Amino acid sequence: MVEFALPKNSKISGGKTWPKPAGATEVREFRVYRWNPDDGKNPSVDTYYVDTHDCGPMVLDGLIWIKNNIDPSLTFRRSCREGVCGSCAMNIDGQNTLACTRSMHDVKDGAVKINPLPHQPVVKDLIPDLTNFYAQYASVEPWLKTTSPTPQKEWKQSHEDREKLDGLYECILCACCSTSCPSYWWNSERYLGPAALLQANRWVSDSRDEATGERLDNLEDPFRLYRCHTIMNCAKACPKGLNPAEAIAELKLKMVERQI
Amino acid sequence: MSFDESHGAPKGSSMRTPLGRVRNLGAAHSGTSDFWRQRITGVAMTLLMIPVIVIVMMLLGRNQAGAAQILGSLPIAVILLLFIFASAWHMKIGMQVVIEDYIHNEKLKLISIMLNNFFSFAVALASTYAILKLSSGV
Repeated sequence: MVEFALPKNSKISGGKTWPKPAGATEVREFRVYRWNPDDGKNPSVDTYYVDTHDCGPMVLDGLIWIKNNIDPSLTFRRSCREGVCGSCAMNIDGQNTLACTRSMHDVKDGAVKINPLPHQPVVKDLIPDLTNFYAQYASVEPWLKTTSPTPQKEWKQSHEDREKLDGLYECILCACCSTSCPSYWWNSERYLGPAALLQANRWVSDSRDEATGERLDNLEDPFRLYRCHTIMNCAKACPKGLNPAEAIAELKLKMVERQI
Repeated sequence: MSFDESHGAPKGSSMRTPLGRVRNLGAAHSGTSDFWRQRITGVAMTLLMIPVIVIVMMLLGRNQAGAAQILGSLPIAVILLLFIFASAWHMKIGMQVVIEDYIHNEKLKLISIMLNNFFSFAVALASTYAILKLSSGV
């Protein structure tokens, strides 16, 4: 059955409140999820105070400031710091998003609350284990598949056909959408989730690809595709403004189209 | 750290590769017909809703003879039969989706899906019998 309560070792208890930075005139409170695989303790939420005059405006700037100035053990992924790599996806103030593109000023009501992406195994602190997520992406075989002889130059595509990939190719695989989807929470072993399905539709929609039918065959499954119940959390969460639910609906439409 | 060692990883994970786990038994190559039928029955019920409400209001306060007289009309009986058929089918598919979503124990899932089929079929058959009996005046 679906688990509605957290396992005992996942329940959050206590947490340390770190002292306010000396001499700071303006501070912002950060409450950050902590879990260390090595100490055998349950997760906790630590409270930090960030000197907003000494760091950039984004939530990621705040986290980096904490790591540099207060607690070097705070662990999170980050790389490009401009919404391109998708590494710093986390749950900020109840919403999955990228820490680098979410301004801490946009978080109202006191503290900036930060948790790892929901319903994924945690490696440490804010780092979720996305092994299954990446394997699901690999399972849609995200590359051009052709049987015709390779042309001398490039595989040609009209401007109109290229436009069909808009809203799909921009996905950075940050996992904000999949981990915000209740259907993915309950059935992540079998449901591919919004991100992998959006990517699947990106290749199904590619006019140069010659394996469209085979791709649809591999998706036609009550669990892989049809667990999407258009809850739309994916579209709400996507930090790139994409609409995975629409991409999934397009896949379903193609499934019906080839039968009727 | 591997998937198996991280916090909150599913218990009993094997040494199978992540891709092997995702591919598992392969795609069922089904699900589209249920998806399509759910839409057909949904649209059918939407269209039938108003006539059915009118018929039910016509039946209010009447005795069995009066009800039999109304249901004796062919279009009325057909509308009710179509509504029963569409709603029982829709109910069956909808409930199966809920079962598949929330019940992960394979045995319990199979039993629940079986009972759901029996129940929907029984409801549809009993309702059909009642309408036919009343409309034929037996």
